[in-house]
Amino acid sequence: MAKYLLLKHYRGAPASVNDVPMDRWTPEEISAHMRYMHDFAARLEETGEFVDGQALAPEGTFVRYDGEGRPPVTDGPFAETKDLIAGWMVIDVDSYERAVELAGELSAAPGAGGKPIHEWLELRPFLAAPPTITE
Amino acid sequence: MNEVLLRSLTPSVLAILVRRGADFAAAEDAVQDALVEAVRVWPADLPRDPKGWLITVAWRRFLDATRADSARRRREDLVDEEPVPGPVPPVDDTLQLYFLCAHPSLTPSSAVALTLRAVGGLTTRQIAQAYLVPETTMAQRISRAKRTVSGVRFDRPGDVATVLRVLYLVFNEGYSGDVDLAAEAIRLTRQLAAAIDHPEVAGLLALMLLHHARRAARTSSDGSLIPLAEQDRGRWDTESIAEGVEILQAALARDRLGEFQAQAAIAALHADAPTPEQTDWVQIVEWYDELERLTDSPVVRLNRAVAVGEADGPRAGLAALGALDDSLPRHAAVAAYFHERDGDLATAARFYAEAAQKAPNLAERDHLTRQAARLNARRCH
Repeated sequence: MAKYLLLKHYRGAPASVNDVPMDRWTPEEISAHMRYMHDFAARLEETGEFVDGQALAPEGTFVRYDGEGRPPVTDGPFAETKDLIAGWMVIDVDSYERAVELAGELSAAPGAGGKPIHEWLELRPFLAAPPTITE
Repeated sequence: MNEVLLRSLTPSVLAILVRRGADFAAAEDAVQDALVEAVRVWPADLPRDPKGWLITVAWRRFLDATRADSARRRREDLVDEEPVPGPVPPVDDTLQLYFLCAHPSLTPSSAVALTLRAVGGLTTRQIAQAYLVPETTMAQRISRAKRTVSGVRFDRPGDVATVLRVLYLVFNEGYSGDVDLAAEAIRLTRQLAAAIDHPEVAGLLALMLLHHARRAARTSSDGSLIPLAEQDRGRWDTESIAEGVEILQAALARDRLGEFQAQAAIAALHADAPTPEQTDWVQIVEWYDELERLTDSPVVRLNRAVAVGEADGPRAGLAALGALDDSLPRHAAVAAYFHERDGDLATAARFYAEAAQKAPNLAERDHLTRQAARLNARRCH
């Protein structure tokens, strides 16, 4: 088993095919989208492949140490220049192929007009401790 | 095994050990040991006096542990001091635990965790699940809190306001593992109200009961939020409402108003209205004026603006809102609501979308996104 992180981006990912902001959907389309995401996670819990999922707020700030007594530096007022994570899901699957398959499925969540969003999700393998047996 | 009985006995057993001179952390460990023993022994042989049994076992465990520790040389002294096991006078010591667990030297999250553990008798695992943190993290938080208060003596009455704030924090926590924190907070506040005669304790209990009574109607089957005006009032718990109102009226009659009583009065006025249209918004505005005087909180001023808009129309609401800092939480949501009521759907939709961006939780974000979507869909068709 290997763990993968599925990252959903507010900004920074390439535009999705069905690229309509959520407040331009109908309330029914929003409900259908939520149900799809919920059912997806519930199904992975049943197969034992779900590890964790969390959503993040759209506001983020970059901070760094800038020397003793100096104010921390943020990336300024132009928030649209940065990549922002909307949320993540961690899955624990048998193969890379399975991880890609699940990411594809999640990307097909319905959006405006009930059609799949085709949004880009970032798939990142976890670095793990070395296995007990290496041969 | 009667878990409810055990949980109700835990705090007073703990308090008695501490009063007898046990260090808080050591007393807590001893009580946990005694609880484990009770779970093992009681199903086959329930003692006639469960509380006395727990005190005896816990005190022995405490002495055993003390003997095993560096205090070995004081062993004989301690054994001599050991009280004779037997009936326990029905004195409630738990009040002191409330004050200890809400001690000002603790951070709010530590105070909450320690209260749930020591006064509520919840296990570390249950508390960790309720707050969605790993059990080891919660265990650390609790043992740090215990160390912090272990030198504190029980010689001065604590600050009731701090205790109430901690209980309200527990109540407002939305997560639920296998423990319903809102119900737990009500149970603890009930205990406190029984032990201490204070109008604000009654006010907080009334407030919790009145809010809790509406819980079943607040979300739909798919988890989405239902605003107050659209709730099915038939699903409100009328028994809790009646109890809350009764407790509140008795508290208000004592003429020592505090913020929890004022908040409960507002909740009672909402609970009293058979339909949203019959809500007495004029009186609610008056209560918000009181609350503003008592707390001077910007959030209260925002809520007051909502009430003003309901009492005097959306323009008045927007005017009241205009006087407030627009970075306040939910400022945009309130603006959106009044612009919609005023007929300006485009501005309302824009504010709803902005409010969704700033929403502090998923349910609220989804609700606000749906509001924006509803207005945008209506404008397009």
